[in-house]
Amino acid sequence: MFIEVDGVEKVFDVRRKTGFLKRERRQVRAVDSISFTVARGEMVGYIGPNGAGKSTTIKMLTGILTPSGGRLRVAGIDPSRERTRLAHRIGVVFGQRTTLWWDLPLIDSYRLMHRMYRIPDDRYRENLDRCVELLELGGLLEVPVRQLSLGQRMRGDIAAALLHDPEVLYLDEPTIGLDVISKAKVREFLRELNGERGTTVLLTTHDLQDIEQLCSRVMVIDHGRMVYDGALAGLHEAGGSERILVVDLERELPPIEVGSAARVVKVEGPRQWLAFPAGESAAGLVARVAAEYPLVDLSVREPDIEAVIARMYAEKATA
Amino acid sequence: MAEATRLGEGLRAYRLIAGMWIRSTMTYRTSFALTVVGNLLITGMDFAAILLMFSQVDSLGGWTLPEVALLYGLSATAFGFADLLLGSMDVLGGRIRDGSFDTLLVRPAPVLAQVGADQFALRRLGRITQGVLVLGYALVAVDVEWTAAKVLLVPVMVVCGAVIFGSLFVAGAAFQFVAQDAAEVQNAFTYGGGTLLQYPPTVFGTDLVRGVTYVLPLAFVNWVPAAYVLGRPYPLDLPEWAAFAPPLVAGGFCVLAGLAWRAGLRAYRSTGS
Repeated sequence: MFIEVDGVEKVFDVRRKTGFLKRERRQVRAVDSISFTVARGEMVGYIGPNGAGKSTTIKMLTGILTPSGGRLRVAGIDPSRERTRLAHRIGVVFGQRTTLWWDLPLIDSYRLMHRMYRIPDDRYRENLDRCVELLELGGLLEVPVRQLSLGQRMRGDIAAALLHDPEVLYLDEPTIGLDVISKAKVREFLRELNGERGTTVLLTTHDLQDIEQLCSRVMVIDHGRMVYDGALAGLHEAGGSERILVVDLERELPPIEVGSAARVVKVEGPRQWLAFPAGESAAGLVARVAAEYPLVDLSVREPDIEAVIARMYAEKATA
Repeated sequence: MAEATRLGEGLRAYRLIAGMWIRSTMTYRTSFALTVVGNLLITGMDFAAILLMFSQVDSLGGWTLPEVALLYGLSATAFGFADLLLGSMDVLGGRIRDGSFDTLLVRPAPVLAQVGADQFALRRLGRITQGVLVLGYALVAVDVEWTAAKVLLVPVMVVCGAVIFGSLFVAGAAFQFVAQDAAEVQNAFTYGGGTLLQYPPTVFGTDLVRGVTYVLPLAFVNWVPAAYVLGRPYPLDLPEWAAFAPPLVAGGFCVLAGLAWRAGLRAYRSTGS
């Protein structure tokens, strides 16, 4: 396995001021015995609420933090012990802070990467050309980074993380704050990177569309523990999510009754909302409603994955 | 061997990053020119204050103007080099607080070199220029029978002094892993120490002199070796050979600072602060 995480823990000593010079020490388990593996070429979404332990996990995988316990390997390397050796094989994009040089033209940051990572000239040229083409950076290379828009800068950051041919790319909130078009470009590029080059990608995000459009596998972490690891589709089942059938009737009617197949969750004049399990087909339900009620129009809403995950967190908290 | 390649890697990374900062500064040419001039003026005022004192008195703590100028020139030059090379390490605390320190840890280069080169500023050449000018004046004006040992001691003092101050910068930065808002504490020791050494030890209380001799070995930057050059009594009645101790002191302090840095970095990586 390319990434191996086995019973990894991270315990922080948090010191809190309780008075002048008085401090209270408390231990916080940011990551509590997490295990997973990621195969080469996988694209995995890593989600969870703020403070769940996502960033801590990424920091351990990149060698920034030393785990308090457990075993961790990336490409056979123990990240915290051989941080610099690992650095040549990984790419990291921190969504909210740029690693580009603010006052210098974009290309200067890339030249620094070229030399710092000792990238062979032909590889550098080739990778840069590819990134410039796919991330549409052509007109931006000579522009000082401070003049780039947020979306342009994010694309610039992603390119900077890929010039040295990393085998795995970690992205921390890569689409945060971007407009719809920029998001689409970033996603398209990541799909291409993963598909064509087989680069392993691990991304944390709050934007579930990122996950829906990119990742076949999703890991959900909460309170430092893994609460779900599997296919995106399974997440709906695990979270007991529902799809919504919205029907417009000819006139105002009492709530529709179709037995256990669906339940009415909302009525507003002639419009009614029916919830039914996400795993089931809408066809049968639609046929029954159409046969028994004066149906004018209808639409089906896909389950809101955000709600699913919120429900998972809630269940976990009460369990 | 491994240590030697690490050092080489560090110097290379330092050069690359410092080069980027120089180019960043050069994008604002006027601002750069103004800060260089301003820097020269401010550091110049520093020595002007001493000249002003000597317009009223003939000696300071028993030291004449050329003698005080020698202390000043040595301290300012040594400090200037350390300040040029490592003077921005006090921004480390800020980098830790805003999280940008993490981005340095995923680069294939020694972190100390990256932090040392952070915000490298050529404007700091102003301090060195001024130090060298004062030192030049002092060497000409001072009334000394120059022997080979005394001549040799002058460059040794500058180099060792720079290493001692540089170690102080590194040790101070290491402390910021523990206390991220301690940049001013660090500055009190570095800039404060630099200023302290510009005056003769005889104007300070014995306890303070003891402190900067035995605790923070700043006295070996200029006080002790300069006393030898000038044929003056040593502070604290140190033995005669103490004037030749700066290389040892600098080496030892450098190793201690390096260990402190390692400990600080290890603490950061295990706590994430």
